[in-house]
Amino acid sequence: MIIASGGSCHQFTGGKTEFDVQATTFRQLVRELEQNYPGLGSQVEEGMAVAIDGEIFQDAYQVELKPGSEIVLIPKIGGG
Amino acid sequence: MNYIDSNLKVVGTRPIRPDGVDKVTGRAVFAADTRASGMLWGKILRSPHAHARIVSIDTSKAEALPGVRAVVTAKDFPEIANEEAFVGEGPMNFRDLSCNVMARTKALYEGHAVAAVAAATQAIADEALALIDVKYDVLPFVIDVEEAMADNAPVLHDDMFTAGVNPKPTKPSNVAKVVTFKKGDAEAGFKDAEIIVEGKYTTKPVHQGYIEPHACLATYAPDGQITIHSSSQGHFMVRAYTAKLLGIDIANIRCTPAEIGGGFGGKTLIYLEPVAVALSRKSGKSVKMQMTREDVFRGSGPTSGASIDIKIGAKKDGTIVAAKQVLKFQAGAYAGSPIGPGCMCGFALYDLPNIDVVGYDVVSNRPKVAAYRAPGAPITSFAVECALDELAEKLGMDPLTLREKNAAKNGSKTHYGVTHNNIGFEQVLAAVKTHPHWKAPVPAGQARGLACGFWFNICGESSATVHVNEDGTVTAATGSPDIGGSRASMGMMVAEVLGVKADKVRTIVADTGSIGFTFLTGGSRVTFATGMAVTQAAEKVVEELKKRAAMIWEIPADAVEWKDGMALPAGSNAGAFEPLDLAAIALKAGRTGGPINAEVSVNAQGAGAGFGAHICDVTVDKETGHVAIERYTAVQDVGKAIHPSYVEGQIQGGAVQGIGWALNEEYIYNDKGQLENPGFLDYRCPVASDLPMIEAVLVEVPNPRHPFGARGVGEVPIVPPMAAISNAIRRATGVEMHDLPMSPPKVRAALDAAGK
Amino acid sequence: MAKSYVSTTINGESAEYLCEPQQTLLDVLRDVVGLTGSKEGCASGDCGACTVIMDGAIVCSCLVLGVEAEGRTITTVEGIADGEKLHPVQQKFLEHAALQCGFCTPGLIVASKALLDANPNPTETEARYWLAGNLCRCTGYDKIIRAVMDAAAVMRGEAS
Repeated sequence: MIIASGGSCHQFTGGKTEFDVQATTFRQLVRELEQNYPGLGSQVEEGMAVAIDGEIFQDAYQVELKPGSEIVLIPKIGGG
Repeated sequence: MNYIDSNLKVVGTRPIRPDGVDKVTGRAVFAADTRASGMLWGKILRSPHAHARIVSIDTSKAEALPGVRAVVTAKDFPEIANEEAFVGEGPMNFRDLSCNVMARTKALYEGHAVAAVAAATQAIADEALALIDVKYDVLPFVIDVEEAMADNAPVLHDDMFTAGVNPKPTKPSNVAKVVTFKKGDAEAGFKDAEIIVEGKYTTKPVHQGYIEPHACLATYAPDGQITIHSSSQGHFMVRAYTAKLLGIDIANIRCTPAEIGGGFGGKTLIYLEPVAVALSRKSGKSVKMQMTREDVFRGSGPTSGASIDIKIGAKKDGTIVAAKQVLKFQAGAYAGSPIGPGCMCGFALYDLPNIDVVGYDVVSNRPKVAAYRAPGAPITSFAVECALDELAEKLGMDPLTLREKNAAKNGSKTHYGVTHNNIGFEQVLAAVKTHPHWKAPVPAGQARGLACGFWFNICGESSATVHVNEDGTVTAATGSPDIGGSRASMGMMVAEVLGVKADKVRTIVADTGSIGFTFLTGGSRVTFATGMAVTQAAEKVVEELKKRAAMIWEIPADAVEWKDGMALPAGSNAGAFEPLDLAAIALKAGRTGGPINAEVSVNAQGAGAGFGAHICDVTVDKETGHVAIERYTAVQDVGKAIHPSYVEGQIQGGAVQGIGWALNEEYIYNDKGQLENPGFLDYRCPVASDLPMIEAVLVEVPNPRHPFGARGVGEVPIVPPMAAISNAIRRATGVEMHDLPMSPPKVRAALDAAGK
Repeated sequence: MAKSYVSTTINGESAEYLCEPQQTLLDVLRDVVGLTGSKEGCASGDCGACTVIMDGAIVCSCLVLGVEAEGRTITTVEGIADGEKLHPVQQKFLEHAALQCGFCTPGLIVASKALLDANPNPTETEARYWLAGNLCRCTGYDKIIRAVMDAAAVMRGEAS
């Protein structure tokens, strides 16, 4: 289950904010998103961070996703 | 390996930093201190107009001036497609960056670079700038964020169609994007509330205020090899961005990190380097560029000014049931304000069932906004923490009790998808409660304010090497520019792992050709991520040292232990060998296999979030509106203070920047959109006589993802001060201060309006 | 434009240089004499990063012309230590961690030394007002003031 947080994915998903994707790694997830919503995969991979079961990851192909993992897409966080 | 509960000998102590003597004797080399034989001085011509079409640029007279060796304009920079490439912090649009470095068809702010020269002396370069004839078609401008959002506002980019809106708009506007974050049902929550607090807040743009202006020395050699010395928070970023903007292979650029005189986020991108390289290429000489203080104010990015609407609903017992914010952030001339973190941070401290936050990223005719210490968080928390204080007062409740009642804990879910884990907010509040400042009665004639703050802290890629020198001393190298004393902490972590004294480890910051890729110094990441890399490198070295001792003793490697800087046989069965220290093993390095060192590159994950709470006592001079800070205490969860003095320093420095943001700092524009206070006289930062001592209280709730338990510390302390001071002023005078800065004329005007 | 010849004393040694009439003492120190310890933060006398001592008084070297140094005695940050022996102000800055990026530090070291030469027993308030012309953006001034007060005690023989 995925919740696209922040609204920056709307342009790819036509406004949909929650959707189901089957994937066991983050890499796979990105590929699935790109396939179902062209452009979304790269947007996620390049421009967003992801919270997987509550923890933030910024760039991590190999992070494992369990079935029923809760995934939220959030803007990449910078700093000063 | 994890050293969190170990008996630490070096980490947690306060040795003198390895680069300290250089810094107190004037020997340390900052970017503007570098020189090259035959170098030229580069200077930038900046637009005097806030918004104008550039009709033509005639550089012929400048080029003809004796002593001028090169002139560049937009023609000398390749066009970049509107793509986003991600080698910096967050997505960086390189087309926008390139246009910001050198304007193309439009000048979008007063100070926007439109041309540059390189000449034999600074005086000739200045003369040459005056000879460049730029024809402008002046356009109406807009600066204020709400005005920029209005229907009839002058539009900066005719290809900007607001993202995040469905269906996509067909008319261009100044709203680059809209973001939304929701949890639960805020509208239903408000219906359930027994008391509601609402307010509108505004903040002005403020500059990071680093005392060292941007500076660099660039050399483009005849074979296309480029070297750059520059003042920046990330020399790998300088290399990558310069390569991208000029269309050059990254391997052909070598960036050396000069010492940096402050950044605070403002040096996480580039302004001068591609220009200096272009001038060097054209002239065949090294080119040195340094911004004047005016250039820094007119041409480099401050943080956003903003407008915030907030609404909080609670039960009479103080339980908050609904919270809503609408945030509008100035992005400056190009998209990219910190609106995302701005939307995420304000309510992140509290466990709230229903949250609705909407944020707008809005362009306007001022310098492109750059990161400034916890970007977005101070702005949003100004509104949240003031509103909470007003709620506490309405409920007749202690503001600390209100925080305790609603505080986020481990397991609390935020409105942006993260579940808090291993956080220390409750411990911070507990430390406030027992602190002498909080317990002391408020002195007569003064008033007290409390406010809290949060920052995620980031992690990411870092590289480090640890070398055992031939005499057993150690050199540790990292790729992280040292802004605040991190060289000391890196060396201390290595010394701890190796079991040697801190002064046996020398730490250096290596250039881009000498160490693996390291993400920039910012986001409070260095002690965490680079600390992780350097610790792992030291651990690898320990394994290697044990192997070498085993070879010397001719026993298996697993029969060797490492303790207090020495190899020992593990138990009497291994053999009765005298311990070998680093010097003894290093002496035989060649014979046992070669140099002893290790390089580690990590993409660290698991940065620990930081929470803080500040207590501030003020007096308000009702005649002049002047607000004096009488006593200030900043409490913060730092995970583990590797070098407590530098951790305290981060907290004190961040708090004082927040005090400046609260009381005096702002950009003042005239009716032509030109900056009237581009200098430290009238852009009023705090000075020593404005302040009392700043007590920094270090709470340590270890972050289990870091070998020593460290969390990032640098950014949290700038988040609470504005609200802490506003709350104190309100409690002193009964007047709500919702607009920053709370400078004497503004306080006086608010008192007048309230009839006081 | 013809350069002027200037003969002066810098950090206890005779020095001479050629400079253009409009060049500031800061520019001369950094670009002609080669002493880059004094820094340019603003070039308008507002930040103190260029502080030097001229004939016993602290000045912003960006507000002094190079030619004005003729016949005078100048002390820069490079002249505060005695060879390898740091001045108590420098030593205490290190012990108290009174610097982070270190850019304002040269100006502060010079201004602090001048304070303690003029007033060996300043109160915290006196120290803060004397140093109000030296901007620091990193430290919030807390550890700087502690270092200066501690150095004063050392120089009075009351501490080590």
